[in-house]
Amino acid sequence: MSVTATRAVGSALGRIEGPAKVTGAAKYAGEQDDIQDVAYVWPVQSTIAKGRIRHIDDAPIRDRPQVLAVLTPDNAPHLQPLADAELAVLQTRNVAYRGQIVAAVVAQTLETAREAAEQLQIEYDEEAHDVELTQDHQSLYKPEHVNPSFPTDTEQGEVDHALATAAFSVDHTYETPALHNNPMEPHATLAIWHGDELTLYDSNQGAYSVQQTLAQLFDLDPAAVHVMSQHVGGGFGSKGTARVNAVLAAMSARLVRRPVKLALHRHHQFAVVGYRTPTIQRIKLGADADGRLTAISHDVVEQTSTLMEFAEQTAIATRIMYAAPNRRTTHRLARLDMPTPRWMRAPGECPGMYALESAMDELAIECDLDPLELRIRNEPARDPESGKPWSSRSLVECLRDGADRFGWAGRDPRPAVRYDGSWLVGTGVAASTYPAYAGPATAAARAERDGTFVVRITASDIGTGARTALTQIAADALRVGTDVVRVDIGDSAFGQANIAGGSMGTASWGWAVTKACTELREEVGRHGEIPVDGIEVHADTSAEIEARTGYKFQGFGAQFAEARVNVDTGEVRVPRLLGVFGVGRVINSRTARSQLIGGMTMGLSMALHEEGVLDPAFGDYVNHDLAEYHVASCADVTDIAAHWVDEQDDHVNPMGSKGIGEIGIVGTAAAVANAVHHATGVRVRDLPIRLDKLLGRLPTRTG
Amino acid sequence: MKAFQFSRADSAAGAVRSVAANPRAMFLGGGTNLVDLMKLGVERPDELVDITRLPFDRVHLDADGTVRIGANVRNSDLAAHPAVRTGLPVLSQALLAGASGQLRNMATVGGNLLQRTRCVYFQDVTKPCNKRRPGSGCPARTGQHRNLAVLGGSETCIATHPSDMAVALAALGAQVAVTGPDGDRGIPLEELHRLPGELPDQDTTLRHGELITGVAVPALPFAERSAYRKVRDRASYAFAVASVAAALDVHDGLVRDVRLAFGAVAPKPWRAHIAEDALRGRPATAAGFRAAVEAELAAAVALRDNGFKIPLISNITVGLLQDLAGARS
Ligand SMILES: Cc1cc2nc3c(=O)[nH]c(=O)nc-3n(C[C@H](O)[C@H](O)[C@H](O)COP(=O)(O)OP(=O)(O)OC[C@H]3O[C@@H](n4cnc5c(N)ncnc54)[C@H](O)[C@@H]3O)c2cc1C
Repeated sequence: MSVTATRAVGSALGRIEGPAKVTGAAKYAGEQDDIQDVAYVWPVQSTIAKGRIRHIDDAPIRDRPQVLAVLTPDNAPHLQPLADAELAVLQTRNVAYRGQIVAAVVAQTLETAREAAEQLQIEYDEEAHDVELTQDHQSLYKPEHVNPSFPTDTEQGEVDHALATAAFSVDHTYETPALHNNPMEPHATLAIWHGDELTLYDSNQGAYSVQQTLAQLFDLDPAAVHVMSQHVGGGFGSKGTARVNAVLAAMSARLVRRPVKLALHRHHQFAVVGYRTPTIQRIKLGADADGRLTAISHDVVEQTSTLMEFAEQTAIATRIMYAAPNRRTTHRLARLDMPTPRWMRAPGECPGMYALESAMDELAIECDLDPLELRIRNEPARDPESGKPWSSRSLVECLRDGADRFGWAGRDPRPAVRYDGSWLVGTGVAASTYPAYAGPATAAARAERDGTFVVRITASDIGTGARTALTQIAADALRVGTDVVRVDIGDSAFGQANIAGGSMGTASWGWAVTKACTELREEVGRHGEIPVDGIEVHADTSAEIEARTGYKFQGFGAQFAEARVNVDTGEVRVPRLLGVFGVGRVINSRTARSQLIGGMTMGLSMALHEEGVLDPAFGDYVNHDLAEYHVASCADVTDIAAHWVDEQDDHVNPMGSKGIGEIGIVGTAAAVANAVHHATGVRVRDLPIRLDKLLGRLPTRTG
Repeated sequence: MKAFQFSRADSAAGAVRSVAANPRAMFLGGGTNLVDLMKLGVERPDELVDITRLPFDRVHLDADGTVRIGANVRNSDLAAHPAVRTGLPVLSQALLAGASGQLRNMATVGGNLLQRTRCVYFQDVTKPCNKRRPGSGCPARTGQHRNLAVLGGSETCIATHPSDMAVALAALGAQVAVTGPDGDRGIPLEELHRLPGELPDQDTTLRHGELITGVAVPALPFAERSAYRKVRDRASYAFAVASVAAALDVHDGLVRDVRLAFGAVAPKPWRAHIAEDALRGRPATAAGFRAAVEAELAAAVALRDNGFKIPLISNITVGLLQDLAGARS
């Protein structure tokens, strides 16, 4: 494959829609103020974790002024069943988890809908629920595969024997809590029916996928469903597929025969749009006298719901990170009376690498090796799992470059010896990784007679800068400046394209855009002059994606953290966080840095703050707002830097780029936890590293 | 949200009259707590009387050193006031450690004192809570109580009072000025909030219709040597998990006088009288500080997840007193 020559690609072009966003001119799903006669729907959530609705008494609210409809399982429009059982909104009286939508009120104003919804009386036949994930939960089972289609378990060699005979070994269990995506813009939909045609303004990560799903649910031709998502205020995976908001808005609009808007409340976000499963991960590592891994074992326990299976691929990164002749990974799921977990930024890699990279740090201490050196010694020449060559792999360069930038050399490995007043100081390192996926997509490119170009693709810019990056890619493929190119995205009418997920947006859309624009340039060349009605070409990358084999495509990185822990209080501060990544060619240095830093910030937040706190008596996450569910504040993130090494990859895709949306969150929590250990000598193996987990275990001050 | 009447008071007497006449009327300050609670359905007033236009928006330094703070002074203005910054650093620091810049710009002194607990069960109307619905039960005892009380709680309620400012004012021995249907009265800040006992729904000793008009901080010669230390789960924009307000007067190595109050450990700002008494006249040493604090904390009761607050309060109090004594650089 030849990688396109670049001019715009690689520059720091500012976000094209930036001015519109900061002036409020950019309209999000819930802001279509030119649509008239909009009604509002407010969901009612179950207050039991398991059981059945016995009776819903809507008499007190049904006839209130402004109330248009009360939706219940008894009168809700029938939906076609789908594999995503969470979308079967109001199709049964059964309750599968606390917070599930069990009714809804549609009214002329938001306030009326909400007040009436809160007055709705629902009686339940409640059953005993089971909501707590434990390592030996009685419902544990082995799923057919883990997301999206990886083997559930893998085994090579004689793991137990290798562990038993290893010169050095570690065996520890690490836990991560439920984590909630919490994009700034909550899930929102405005639904409008014209006869049997449905139009949705929807906040999602892929308008095409939402179109297909809604068409299936309402038994419509996909062409009868039009989904528009011009601007999306984040998703972190929680808007990867259609969510209940789209379904409930569409149902309500059909019932009351007018446009209906639904913007979920922050509280809803903690129950009905997905979250990252809690995990319990046992890692065993064995190494020879030189610190070469002889065995790697990673056993994962995590949860799914009773509605459907969601099997997070937590151990997949362990399968490819390091060389070792004996290796084993397993995943087991507990089916709980909880909402279905879904994707959250770097599903799989993020929790899995916290455990693996913590264990690597523990092993380095056992072997008396610098943790950097331990990783370098175990660098695999090929993908240890498939035996394929890497299309490129720069982990060692990232570790070395990061070490230079961070000032790692000469680090005293002893824990708990560096004081600065009341603060213990330490440093830690961890590796990052994320696959460089790509999916098939279609794109159209048009040359207009006035010398401008328009590209159309159902890409989604969820705040990443995708629109801007695609403009750069298109301009280079057309060999024109970005100022004469307009890229239209976020509209299902533009045809099939994958979602903004799996860090594969830019690679997949960029590929289709490159193909369409290259063909258009050639076409324009053949014409000489552009006719009055322009020239348009369509491209589809299915064949190219199909042919993309022979290599393991994967990005790598290294993250360094400094941690300070107060000996009197256990407070943890991370004054420095530095990441170096090998992610192929960086298309836009400004938006890329923002993605990497954003991922690292979220990783820091995971390390220190984020935790869905379960109340087992009720079966819900009780800290369901942003005052109680803490994400890192600006004051928590002081000096944070992301860099990248020069990585040329001629195999990965025509842009030579790897995804950058998720790799930044992978490994961060381990780097922080390792730094906390170096600072204090205390190893916290269950996130987040809260002060009360440290207090009482800290050394008493000497200096 | 339930529909409600809204009016803007132009006199304190008028405001009191309106609220006193309607058992479901409430005063509205900056609204940063009340409006949130209305959205959650926790508070369901049918009438709001906005009091922010009333002329209680000044900070005045009396000749005798008393600092008089109007009830409507915004938290950010109070924190920035020169008399507070230099004369009452503990108060300025406590305010600045609370909430966010935007919230402090809205929040009033009166509203800050009367803000309600952040207990997650209190804020969720789908669950029992003795403070919200007396007799319905307290799920926090066995549920999520990591940030709830170790001092002053009862079987019925272990909510903590969340204010930072009130902890500083408690240490400073402030007096709350109130006007109500039965006239004016003053309440020592320490007696404004009450312990839950059998009546956890009653946060304060105020009667319905009583309006806070201001707070007076009496002159305290050593208030310049005061400070606030807050511990929270992130570096900014979080309620305290433990905090301490202290003012210390050391002479010849002995504690001549001291003021001490704890936050986030009790249903009210916890003035540490036992510790203060144990400190006065004793050597200003770390050991002495620790013994005094431990005497205060002897009554503390820990549940499954909040016991860490006891050593935490102890550590930060000892540290802060050492700082104020100049023993720690
Ligand atoms: C996300 C978040 C984080 C926060 N973090 C912190 C923190 O870290 N530390 C902290 O201390 N606080 C924190 N706060 C709370 C904040 O300080 C309070 O919300 C604020 O001080 C309340 O003041 P207000 O004027 O807005 O009160 P309002 O909401 O207007 O009123 C609160 C109550 O006081 C009553 N009231 C108001 N004024 C009077 C008066 N003059 N007389 C009689 N009754 C009156 C009202 O009727 C109401 O019951 C936080 C709040 C939020 C939302």
